Amino acid sequence: MTASRVEVYGVRHHGPGSARALRAALEDFKPDAVLIEGPPEADPIVELAADPGMVPPVALLAYSPAGTGEDRRAAFWPFAEFSPEWQAVRHALATGAQVRFCDLPAANQLVPLTDEEPVAEGSGDGPDGADEGIRLDPLGWLARAAGYDDTERWWDDVVEHRHGGPSPFPAIAEAMAELRARVDARPEESGLPAGYLRREERREAYMRRTVRRVLKEGHERVAVVCGAWHVPALLAGVPAARDDRTLRGLPKTKVAMTWVPWTHGRLAGWSGYGAGVRSPGWYHHLFTAPDRPVERWLTAAARVLRAEDLHVSSAHVIEAVRLAEALAALRGRPLAGLEEVTEATRAVLCEGADLPVELVRERLVVGERLGAVPERTPMVPLQRDLRAEQRRLRLRPSALDKEQDLDLRKPTDLDRSHLLHRLRLVGVEWGVPSESRSKGTFRETWTLAWRPEFDVELIEASAWGTTVRGAATARAEALAGGAGALADLTSVAERCLLADLGDALPTVMRALADRAAVDTDVAHLMAALPALVRALRYGDVRGTSTGPLHTVVDGLVVRICVGLPAAVAGLDDDAARDTLGRVDAVHGALSLLAHEGHLERWRRTLESMVARPDALHGLVEGRLTRLLHDAGRLPDVPDRMARAVSVGAAPARAAAWVEGFLSGGGLLLLHDDALLRLVDGWISGLPGDSFTDVLPLLRRTFGAYGAAERRAIGERARRLHAGAGAPRPPGDDLDEARAAPAAATALTILGWEGAR
Amino acid sequence: MLRPHAEEEYAGELARLAELDERPRPPGWRLSPWAVSTYLLGGELPDGTVIGPKYVGSRRLIEVAVATLATDRALLLLGVPGTAKTWVAEHLAAAVSGDSTLLVQGTAGTSEESVRYGWNYARLLAEGPSERALVESPLMRAMRLGSVARIEELTRMPSDVQDTLITVLSEKTLPVPELGTEVRARRGFTVIATANDRDRGVNELSSALRRRFNTVVLPLPDSVDDEVDIVARRVGQIGAALELPEAPAGLEEIRRVVTVFRELRSGLTGDGRTKLKSPGATLGTAEAISVITSGLALAAHFGDGVLRAADVAGGIVGAVVQDPATDRVVWQEYLETVVRERPEWQDFYRACREVS
Repeated sequence: MTASRVEVYGVRHHGPGSARALRAALEDFKPDAVLIEGPPEADPIVELAADPGMVPPVALLAYSPAGTGEDRRAAFWPFAEFSPEWQAVRHALATGAQVRFCDLPAANQLVPLTDEEPVAEGSGDGPDGADEGIRLDPLGWLARAAGYDDTERWWDDVVEHRHGGPSPFPAIAEAMAELRARVDARPEESGLPAGYLRREERREAYMRRTVRRVLKEGHERVAVVCGAWHVPALLAGVPAARDDRTLRGLPKTKVAMTWVPWTHGRLAGWSGYGAGVRSPGWYHHLFTAPDRPVERWLTAAARVLRAEDLHVSSAHVIEAVRLAEALAALRGRPLAGLEEVTEATRAVLCEGADLPVELVRERLVVGERLGAVPERTPMVPLQRDLRAEQRRLRLRPSALDKEQDLDLRKPTDLDRSHLLHRLRLVGVEWGVPSESRSKGTFRETWTLAWRPEFDVELIEASAWGTTVRGAATARAEALAGGAGALADLTSVAERCLLADLGDALPTVMRALADRAAVDTDVAHLMAALPALVRALRYGDVRGTSTGPLHTVVDGLVVRICVGLPAAVAGLDDDAARDTLGRVDAVHGALSLLAHEGHLERWRRTLESMVARPDALHGLVEGRLTRLLHDAGRLPDVPDRMARAVSVGAAPARAAAWVEGFLSGGGLLLLHDDALLRLVDGWISGLPGDSFTDVLPLLRRTFGAYGAAERRAIGERARRLHAGAGAPRPPGDDLDEARAAPAAATALTILGWEGAR
Repeated sequence: MLRPHAEEEYAGELARLAELDERPRPPGWRLSPWAVSTYLLGGELPDGTVIGPKYVGSRRLIEVAVATLATDRALLLLGVPGTAKTWVAEHLAAAVSGDSTLLVQGTAGTSEESVRYGWNYARLLAEGPSERALVESPLMRAMRLGSVARIEELTRMPSDVQDTLITVLSEKTLPVPELGTEVRARRGFTVIATANDRDRGVNELSSALRRRFNTVVLPLPDSVDDEVDIVARRVGQIGAALELPEAPAGLEEIRRVVTVFRELRSGLTGDGRTKLKSPGATLGTAEAISVITSGLALAAHFGDGVLRAADVAGGIVGAVVQDPATDRVVWQEYLETVVRERPEWQDFYRACREVS
């Protein structure tokens, strides 16, 4: 290769100054082929970058199409507006030059790692800053040599904040050559794992080979854009044979390549696929602001603060700019950097407070920005389907958390809810349901935030189907098939209903019915029932067909009623308490269901159990007595009460009985006059001696109530004795005719009218 | 003199700095902004003169403060008590204008006259209103001289008095309607105010006044070592000024006091294992300094000349227990659960038990 025809531009990945300098240099050089550090598999789709629908930040995604679960591997090469690589791609496409990626193919990089190559997981080290950190920070040496303690600041000052002037690339190449000579001379000092160095060698060999190929194809002016570190290696005259030897026999895997939208937040984070850019928003600003970056930045900061109702005037901004510039002068920097503007923001705009500064950091310095890819981008059918759905439902992905209130009575909102629930089923947590602010089953509140890795999850989930609905159905069926406990199954059923997956329901229901038939543990059945009843209720609101569900619920109720009496015999304290909770839950669920036949069966079961009280734990018996009393099915409650706490009964059992009977809190006693009268009558009817015996038991129950409740109950009881029933005036005074309309309205509001 | 002003005490350093300072100086400034930063943060001059640090802490904060003054903006130093607000203000004024005495102390009783100007009534009655009958406030003098005026505890002043500053800060002029004249500030005039952001009963600044200040919040020292360094340095200076008999301030004892204060302040022991209750007292660095100083005096006059646990115990208890009812419980709890468990703190534990 001859130097006159190949220019190598060493850049800093995601450096706005590098990007600007590179663009100028390319305009000068007018290359007919541009080679970029990146996976060559992306060559066929690179022309998409010129599409107006392509908005950075975006990333090249390489994934193994067959991979699922364990062996899934994906790598990203993110590009922002201010990435030199992106500018090079855009420039080349605009001038009609050939664009090639020249890094080691993703097919070789995505090979599952063996023990001998302990390279960092994620392999997202295409164009990213991690390289610098890992190579023991070569720039750090340069920065220290220049008297800076912070590498980023030094690089910002000498490269990124430059405007105009001669091209920096020859100087960068020289500096890097010097550094690499140092490292090569003392490789042990770099402290790098051998595997990493070997991989570096392969990458550089591949870059050189690509350059040779492009030259052979007849291109005359070739520009190579790569990380500054690689420049000396590319300029070195290494014989082709040696590179071939290095690259021979590399393991390969099958990969597919596409563009995906990316976010600034992902560029900033070090974790996962982040590229370690500390302040993407600031860089973006530096690159895009035509002039006066400091003034524009602080004005933008003021606008962010104003949007949060913090009072920031133009006078503030003026003073902030003055302070930032004075600080930069004091520190001898050519231009106020991010540190100076942040300090000016803190001291002037935020008046010393840290919280608003944090806000500015989040909105501006990182600056959540979600890229977009054009329609023509290769996508799996599932992604396309989701995009179509998003457009149809006018639900745009955004990188910032957004609250969305859905009113399920509106068709669009209902469809939105279905879509979000389906996505959750296939494992894409775009929306997370949050506590709805209003009561009622027709409202849902979701928090929506799109993360770039959802695209990977969608690609992975495309194994389940080609549409969101289809994939979710298949996934639900698979979940139902693999579910262990009955409760898991019911939750799948519930999710199916929420997501309106009618196709999956029969399978899920069959699995549910099968499971319920063989499950001998009544406790499981009882735990499963409330969720199903809730699902039935949702069905009403959402207009889902719930026919199969009804069948399952019917079967469950019968099984519970048959199995319960045997299951509650001979329980210890803890088990009794658990049973109590389940009985209450089932009772509540059946009341919600309001199915007369089921209720009747349930009550009869309870009656049969109360008829043989000796087998029951005190807690359960007390509770059952109470439930039946409320239903008006037991005429002899006072007698039973007296019996339960009489001398013959063991004190512990008696206490449990009272507790079970009165469970539900003191408020109930306060508002249920009949109940209070009953308890009151029983207590006052006790002979003196027995009262002393019972007192500790009563204390146990009443002691659990709050002080205010106890006092209110006492007052209430006193009024009962005062006779005359002061709180309730005699019925004669009521003018039924006049009260009728008001009563009817109240009944309508309570929703009782239809039931009557 | 009990306590020399900053510009007197460090006259040598300031003179050296001025002599060797080749950078541009803003109008009215004795030193360039770089030299002011060096004066506050310490450093070594080209001729080998060592400038001792006046403020131990973030370089960033001092740079923001100096840059603020260089842009002729007013500077507001905020912070909890004992974070060296006054100290920094005094040294900034000394370095910038060579005069830290133009000071208005803010109290609930500060009147408008002490911020603007008053009258010599004898002369006023005898001669009528005239320049000679006018009594200038420190602020007015600073305007005439083009130097830095300091306002201590700005938020303790009544709000209407605070607001007299608005015109001064924005128009840089102070009208005297009685004489039909005005005093216009010379270049170099600016204001450094300090305010306590934790006190109860403060008069919040109006937003009109607030926006004429750049705000710098001075934090409590980051690490134990920083704080020990600050305390030891200040104790040495104060001890010398008071001509206390020479008593080596044991670094161990200082570290112990600082640790106790930090732990009580943050409500967490240094190892992060035990939660503590915090007393009502602020327990800033300034309190730690005064506890050590009084301990030194005790040791020198009544003890064996070496600072021991018994000498600081009384001071510590007095600093922590401000409210006899609640703080005493906090202190006893700390003593019994934390101090007692530290084997090397046994002497300190016994000493504290004696005085508690």
